[in-house]
Amino acid sequence: MASPEQPVLELHGVNKSFGAVHVLHDVDLAVYPGQVTALVGDNGAGKSTLIKCIAGIHAADSGQIRFNGSPVSIGSPRDAAQLGIEIVYQDLALADNLDVTQNMFLGREITSGPVLDEATMERKARETLTRLSVRTLSSVRQLVASLSGGQRQTVAIAKAVLWDSKVVILDEPTAALGVAQTRQVLDLVRRLAETGHGVILVSHNMNDVLEVADRIAVLYLGRIAAEVEAAEVTQNQVVELITSGRSGELGLAAHNGANL
Amino acid sequence: MAAETGTGPGAQPATEKREPGPDEILTARDLLGRGLNGIPVLIVLVVALSLATDSFLTLNNLDNLARQMSIYAIIAMGQLLVILTRGIDLSVGSVVGLSGVIAAITVFETSGGLPVVWAVVLALLVSAAVGAVNGLLVAVLKMPPFIVTLGFMGIARGLTLLLSGGRTVQPLPEEFSAIANGSILGITNLFWVTLVVLVVLSFALHRTVWGRYVYAVGSSPESARLAGVPVNAVQISVFTLSGLLAGVAGVLLASRLSNGVPTAGTSYELDAIAACVIGGASLFGARGTALGAFLGALIVGILNNGGTLLGIDPFYLQIAIGALILVAVAMDQLQAIRARNRPDPDPEQGPGADPPGAEAAAR
Repeated sequence: MASPEQPVLELHGVNKSFGAVHVLHDVDLAVYPGQVTALVGDNGAGKSTLIKCIAGIHAADSGQIRFNGSPVSIGSPRDAAQLGIEIVYQDLALADNLDVTQNMFLGREITSGPVLDEATMERKARETLTRLSVRTLSSVRQLVASLSGGQRQTVAIAKAVLWDSKVVILDEPTAALGVAQTRQVLDLVRRLAETGHGVILVSHNMNDVLEVADRIAVLYLGRIAAEVEAAEVTQNQVVELITSGRSGELGLAAHNGANL
Repeated sequence: MAAETGTGPGAQPATEKREPGPDEILTARDLLGRGLNGIPVLIVLVVALSLATDSFLTLNNLDNLARQMSIYAIIAMGQLLVILTRGIDLSVGSVVGLSGVIAAITVFETSGGLPVVWAVVLALLVSAAVGAVNGLLVAVLKMPPFIVTLGFMGIARGLTLLLSGGRTVQPLPEEFSAIANGSILGITNLFWVTLVVLVVLSFALHRTVWGRYVYAVGSSPESARLAGVPVNAVQISVFTLSGLLAGVAGVLLASRLSNGVPTAGTSYELDAIAACVIGGASLFGARGTALGAFLGALIVGILNNGGTLLGIDPFYLQIAIGALILVAVAMDQLQAIRARNRPDPDPEQGPGADPPGAEAAAR
């Protein structure tokens, strides 16, 4: 594993406005290989905007993004994919009428000459699932429509790591899942980190976050209120950071506190 | 979808050894359902007609049947491409007329001058252009396919009537009539063209990236876009091909009749949609095969042919074909409902606790 001192992805002073609305204020964020960085915050705090800036869907207005230490510009989802940044959307973006292998390779099919190379794609799909120790799919030729919610999430995550990706962004991966399926997906998130990926986990669920995250970054009204080691905070502290931007020593300086 | 890879020895369980679960058995049934729905109906029809008439299984009648069904099958296979992407192409019937009249006028005007091949090329270019404009309006302006192609249904028919002055274009030279009325190895050229279209489209749909994208766009345009599929280009391509194939059918029809008939092809778009649906295509997209559309056209052709042989009132035949469409779609829905009530395939989950999957299966 690479030294945890060197983040795979760094954001410095990222700003983003939509018209008059200043959504992100000087956001700094570091994502380390082999670690799960949870990104938490209330609705409207800017989580979605931030990951869309990283994924190349929005362009940041100012600020710098560094990848493996060198500055990069991410202007489109394709740029992000070329760097090795993959995003798993909340609605998963899978095609129901295609099977598992077809979905994993959609948009990046392997061909031999003009013809699809089904055998190679099937083998690679199986290898990727094995690497992630996925045991919940009986066949890589099952139609995605026939899969359960947890299995669909698994396919979407496997699709993201198929291409030697370095950073995987997961947007609310357990939002629609039952208890057992949440368990499977969280295990999978841990395994992503163990296989050396830098993982960004966007989630509302504090139990999930405290269970799998190594580090927690809290967004409060578009600012990073705190970036802390998960082991050093309690659930109450994180909730306070999310709802008020500060908790004891942690967090943003109180706006009205300066006068006291 | 690629039946060969779906049921072949390559489709072993991914990461563990298990008995083939209910999902694998259902996959086989799904594959039969997708595209080959029509085969049982077809077998029943052929057996029944062979027993009921002396004339059905004669070379002469089969040749007749091939001539009758080929033009419908070609249009239906073009229509299928559009239906696979969740679209519909109502303009194909009018394009059949336009293409036929353009080819007829070109050979008529230049009789003895320009070779027939130029007439055919011109007719096909115009047909493909109509399809391409349909596709552009749908893909770029995001207009509903139903409305766009309804517009071009009127525009193409009007152009056809203007060009021909509302009159049938004739007589046409022998070389032009020979296109559709000739035969190779005792099989009519019409049927050879149909077979070529069937083979090429089946290959393209199941073995090329383009085909994969057609099904992906029909399955979920938004997911396809996020995965990097050029959705607009795919939509333009299917409408262009639908127009082109309607143009091929128009040239063949004009050649077969040795006439450029301005009203030719009227309501063929509905016959083409019917053939696709009978052949297992879903108007919700991403389900159906070129073979299915071909078989659908064949079933309708055999019904009409058999009805004539048995002396059945053609009005009854219309009712029968209408009922067949309803039965085909009802079977499809029943399958979807059965799939929804199937136990959860996730081994670590109890049956039934599966909201997203069930929603998806029901579509």
